[in-house]
Amino acid sequence: MNKRQVDVVIIGGGPAGLAAAIEVKKQGIDNVLIIERDSSLGGILQQCIHDGFGLHRFGKRLSGCEYADNFIVEVKERKIEIADKTIVIEITKDKVIYAMNEIDGITEIKCGAIILAMGCRERTRSQAFIWGTRPSGVLTAGTVQRYINIEGYLPGEKAVILGSGDIGLIMARRMTLEGIEVKGVYELMESPGGLTRNIAQCLVDYNIPLHLSTTVIRTHGNKKLEGVTVAKVDKDRQVIKGSEEYIECDLLVLAVGLIPENELSNQLNINIDTRTKGPVVDEYFMTSMEGVFAAGNVVTVFDLVDYVSLTGELAGRGAAKYVKGQLKMDKPITRLEPGENVSFVVPQYVRKHNLEEKLPLYFRVKQKLEKVEVTAVGNDETYYKKKHRVVLPPEMLVEEIISSNIKEGDKKITVNVMEVSKE
Amino acid sequence: MKKFTCIVCPVSCILSVDEKDNEVQVNGNQCKRGRVFGVNEYNDPKRMITTTVKIENAKIKRLPVISTDEIPKSRLIELAKELYKITVDTPVLRGDIIVKNIGETGVDIIATRTII
Repeated sequence: MNKRQVDVVIIGGGPAGLAAAIEVKKQGIDNVLIIERDSSLGGILQQCIHDGFGLHRFGKRLSGCEYADNFIVEVKERKIEIADKTIVIEITKDKVIYAMNEIDGITEIKCGAIILAMGCRERTRSQAFIWGTRPSGVLTAGTVQRYINIEGYLPGEKAVILGSGDIGLIMARRMTLEGIEVKGVYELMESPGGLTRNIAQCLVDYNIPLHLSTTVIRTHGNKKLEGVTVAKVDKDRQVIKGSEEYIECDLLVLAVGLIPENELSNQLNINIDTRTKGPVVDEYFMTSMEGVFAAGNVVTVFDLVDYVSLTGELAGRGAAKYVKGQLKMDKPITRLEPGENVSFVVPQYVRKHNLEEKLPLYFRVKQKLEKVEVTAVGNDETYYKKKHRVVLPPEMLVEEIISSNIKEGDKKITVNVMEVSKE
Repeated sequence: MKKFTCIVCPVSCILSVDEKDNEVQVNGNQCKRGRVFGVNEYNDPKRMITTTVKIENAKIKRLPVISTDEIPKSRLIELAKELYKITVDTPVLRGDIIVKNIGETGVDIIATRTII
C-alpha cells in the first residue's frame, strides 16, 4: 500500500473544497491535497448551467460552470495537488485517510488536518414515500439535470415535478427549453420551497402551473412510468379523499430536498446536529473531532454558493491555523442557540479568543413573517439587531456580529426573529 | 400598474411598475439593478439564455453556453431551437464565441466551460 503524509487534505472538489484548498495554500501551507471522486473539479456546479451564481462574490450573474471555473483556475495557478477519480473509503480517528483509485489502488494518507467538503445528497423516492409500481422514469432532479446538461440524454417527453425546491424549479424551465412538456410542479406544503425569483423566472415565464398542498400519491406503469396520481392534502398533510387526479407522464422528477452527505463523518462518530443533519461546528467550522473541519453543504444545505465558498475559506483558515498550532482549543465556549422562530444556527458554538473580526451566523426561520427584527442576545446584552421586511424559511439569513462586542464568559447567545409590533 | 417579481438577485423584490407622463416608474426595488429590471420588464421583458450544444471528441456530451447579454423573452424557445442544431468540436475554451449575433439580436452565445 502507498503511504504518504499531507498537511491538509480536502475531501471533495466542489465549491466548498476548492475555496478551502485555495485558502489553506494562501495561509502558507504548501502540502495540500484535494481528493475528488469525479473526473473533473467543480462538483454539482458543473451541471448547473443556468446563471445567477456569484452575485455576492463576483458582482456578476455567472453560470454555475463559470463560478466553478474561477476557482478551478486559481487552484491550478496555485499548483494545488488534485487526486481525481479517487474515492475516500475510510477516515480513522488519528486522521488517517484511506483513499482508492484505479491507478494507485489504496493509499494511506496521514493528515495534519482534514476538511470534509462532500456536499449534500438528494432525497430519493423511498424517502418521499410514494406508493405504486417501480417503473423506470422516476428520477431525482439532480439526476435529470446531469442527464440533460452533461450526458446529453432526454429522460422523458412528459414530466411531472414533485417538490418546489430550487432544483425542481430550475429543472422545470430547463426541461421546457429542451422540449419536454412539464405538466406541473406539485408541492406538499402550503408554500413553495424555492426562492421567489425562481418561481417567477422558471414557472411564471413558461406558464408552468404550481399546485400547492398537493402531492404525488402513486406511480403507474410496469416497466416504464405511464402516469402518476396526484391528490390534495389537508393541513395535517393527509390526502383529501375525492381530490385524486390521474396525470399521464413518462417522467417523474423528484425535487424533495437535500441532506448533508455525512457517511464519512459518521465513521468518525463526530457530533451531528439533528436540526441541520450536519456536524456541529465551531468558529472555524471545526467538528467535534479535533483537526477535522467541515465546509459547505456538509454542514447545512445553503441556498447560495457564495456562502458555501465563504465557509470553505473559513474552514481553510482554521485548518491552516490548526496545523501551525495557532488555534487555542481550550474553553470557554459560547453556544449559539436558535431562539424565537429560528430553526437552527450555524456555527453551533464559538470560542471568543479564536474569533475573527466578525462572526457570521447562518440560520433559517421556522415560518414566514413580515416586518421582523433579528436579535442576537447574550447573557444580559443584545449583541446584534437588524430589521427585515420579510423572512421566509427557504431563504437563509446571514448576519455578522462584531466579535469584540461579545463578552468573554458568555455561555450562550440566542438568535431570535420576532415581529416588530409584538415588542 | 403592473407587478413583477425581480429576478436579479435572491432578495426577489416585488416591483410595482407604472407609466406616468411617458416615464416608467418603478417602486419596491432595493437597488439600481432592480429599477432597470422593472423598466425592461414593463417595456420588453428580457432574459439570459443558458443551454447546451452538442460537443464531439470530449469526455462529456454537452457544452454549456450562455448569452453575452439578455435577449427578448419571447424569442427564448426559438433561439434555443437554433442552438440545438449546432455541433462543436474540442478544444473549446470558456468564453469562446459559439454563435455570433444570434438571431440578429446583437448578442453572442459563448461557452461557459473549458473542454479540451
